Amino acid sequence: MIGNQPMRLSPNSKSLMMVSPLVAVLFVFLVCPIAMIAIVSFWRATEFSIIPAFVFENYEFLFGSSVTYRVFFNTFKYALITWAATLLIGFTVAYFLAFHIRTLRWQIALFLLCTIPFWTSNIIRMISWIPFLGRNGIANSTLISWGVIDEPLEWLLFSDFAVVLAFVHLYTLFMVVPIFNTMMRIDKSLIEAARDAGANGAQILWNVIIPLTKPGIMIGTIFVVTLVMGDFITVRFMSGSQSANVGRLISNDVALLAYPSASATAVVLLCTVLIVIGILLRFVDIRKEL
Amino acid sequence: MTKMTRRELLAGGTALAAGSTLGAPMIWAQNIKDVTLRQFGTGVSNLNEVAAKVKEDLGFTLEMTALDSDSVTQRAATQPESFDIADIEYWICKKVWPTGNLQAMDTSKIKNYDKIVGIFRSGKLTPESEIAQGTAPHTVGFVEGQNGTEFVDNESGWMTLIPTIYNADTLGIRPDLIGRPINNWSELLNPEFKGKASILDISSIGIMDMAMVVESMGEYKYPDKGNMTKEEIDMTLGIFTEAKKNGQFRAFWKSFDESVNLMASGEVVIQSMWSPAITAVKSKGIPCVYQPLEEGYRSWGGGIGMSAALTGLERDAAYEYINWYLDGWVGGFLMRQGYYSAVPETSKNYMTEDEWGFWFEGKPAQGDITNPFGDVMETAGAVRDGGSFYDRMGKVACWNAVMDENQYMVRKWNEFIAA
Repeated sequence: MIGNQPMRLSPNSKSLMMVSPLVAVLFVFLVCPIAMIAIVSFWRATEFSIIPAFVFENYEFLFGSSVTYRVFFNTFKYALITWAATLLIGFTVAYFLAFHIRTLRWQIALFLLCTIPFWTSNIIRMISWIPFLGRNGIANSTLISWGVIDEPLEWLLFSDFAVVLAFVHLYTLFMVVPIFNTMMRIDKSLIEAARDAGANGAQILWNVIIPLTKPGIMIGTIFVVTLVMGDFITVRFMSGSQSANVGRLISNDVALLAYPSASATAVVLLCTVLIVIGILLRFVDIRKEL
Repeated sequence: MTKMTRRELLAGGTALAAGSTLGAPMIWAQNIKDVTLRQFGTGVSNLNEVAAKVKEDLGFTLEMTALDSDSVTQRAATQPESFDIADIEYWICKKVWPTGNLQAMDTSKIKNYDKIVGIFRSGKLTPESEIAQGTAPHTVGFVEGQNGTEFVDNESGWMTLIPTIYNADTLGIRPDLIGRPINNWSELLNPEFKGKASILDISSIGIMDMAMVVESMGEYKYPDKGNMTKEEIDMTLGIFTEAKKNGQFRAFWKSFDESVNLMASGEVVIQSMWSPAITAVKSKGIPCVYQPLEEGYRSWGGGIGMSAALTGLERDAAYEYINWYLDGWVGGFLMRQGYYSAVPETSKNYMTEDEWGFWFEGKPAQGDITNPFGDVMETAGAVRDGGSFYDRMGKVACWNAVMDENQYMVRKWNEFIAA
């Protein structure tokens, strides 16, 4: 045997070694906490202590309560409406940026413009709606001075409308970015070909652009749906604490030291979101596009 | 700096302390400077000014952590190692005491014990007073011994919490937007204020405000508002759920600032509110009244308790701190913000005659009334809403409470919020 030959690694073990730091990080910071949550969800709790156990009472209570179903329904409602609104706005903005702005410089400049609201925090962007939409707020006083309405509109603030408005405001960019990204990669000659073949604008949009943008739409959808379904603070502030979604259910439990019950709710929410994403991924193979 | 360990000091110290309870701490005045006491509690009384004054007067360090009441309960119950002094409310004490994380205090070491207001000892403000419903402080104020876990109904000499701060709460209103007198709790659900009412989204306090409203409406008379049965909880929340569905409420609030904003912006004209929030609205030049109501007040009180882990020099420092707390400086500091102190007569020494007259005796202010931070709270001629100490604390209908059916109530409360 010759001793000083450099150690040779098979390509297989090389790639294993390269991914192992990521695996380790994900294991410690993602898998372990989730496993812990799943374990705690079977524990028991009294008012001031939690007791390790293996009982199903948290789940029994969760599935046995009509509130749970109503709150989950609410969560889906917010997610669906927000998704539709952000998709419409996000797609339009991305379409404009990708196909109507001719120079790359302007595309980048306008794209950066879209990100400016993100320079401040989520909470500030959300709370700034409150004085705007209030009974004596800017929106109402402007509408009254224009003579559009006589009485202030009550439903502008502390309502489902306000919640969805804030969500759309907060999360539209998550739709714009991936859609814009896929649109930029569409080969322009495809559109020219379609036009040469006699397709009009609507047909090009429907038959060429939308199918090719699907992966971007899907990535945006996953962002928006998971963000909305996991939120609790927007719902609390914008509904004036009058509506609840699953996140608020969890945060209420945590505040009352009911960690096992909060964990059980979290596990159910996690499964629900995973199922939703699973269904979404059946429609489009996003890996093809990444 | 002496090289004595704490244990050696303890041995010598206890011998010295055996005969004398209060004068003795002066002997180790040098060592006490090294002591650090970690206190946590709600923001109401966890003020940096207090810590600074402790350093100045007593020499040792007090570290303050301010948390919301849920986190306070959580910490007191689950992290006994993280604090030396717990500044908690009496209803929290009822919840936390059984964990054994706190130790009772020997009242013979409390110099001003005899001067503490009757509410916290016999439960009676004056000999004729009736004891209000709910978790009245004296019911969870005493245990049978230092490590006792059962509350006793007499002044056993072992106190769970030394009272520090308390007040009587009622509804806040915007007199300019309502334009007529408000005299009853039932007005909160008056359809006249549809979409302009609010209640706080902290279940243990909110349920009490609700009970005051339900009784005032003549719907039901609770045997004990502070300890409802499941049926009573269902009935109470049922009435409010219906009101909520009819659009009675503009919003619910959870933090002090939210209640101030709701009131100041005119979103809400009548709501449950805390005393300093009224002041905050007024300081913006907006009229706001802490309306005394016929049915009386919902009251709350807090006190400081000692961690069970506290021994030796630290415990002596804690006793010294408590004695100092009742000695008047803090009392004056708190009373000039509209709260009450456990030993009002010592606080008087730290207030001007005008301040004492305004805050405690309910007399018209002679000149500007300022709070300890220098802000003008009231001007000459103003009278405190609700009047004197005895008028206000004498009309307490119930205390903040924790019920036997607390968990059931909390679940029902969540349903109410989600409804």
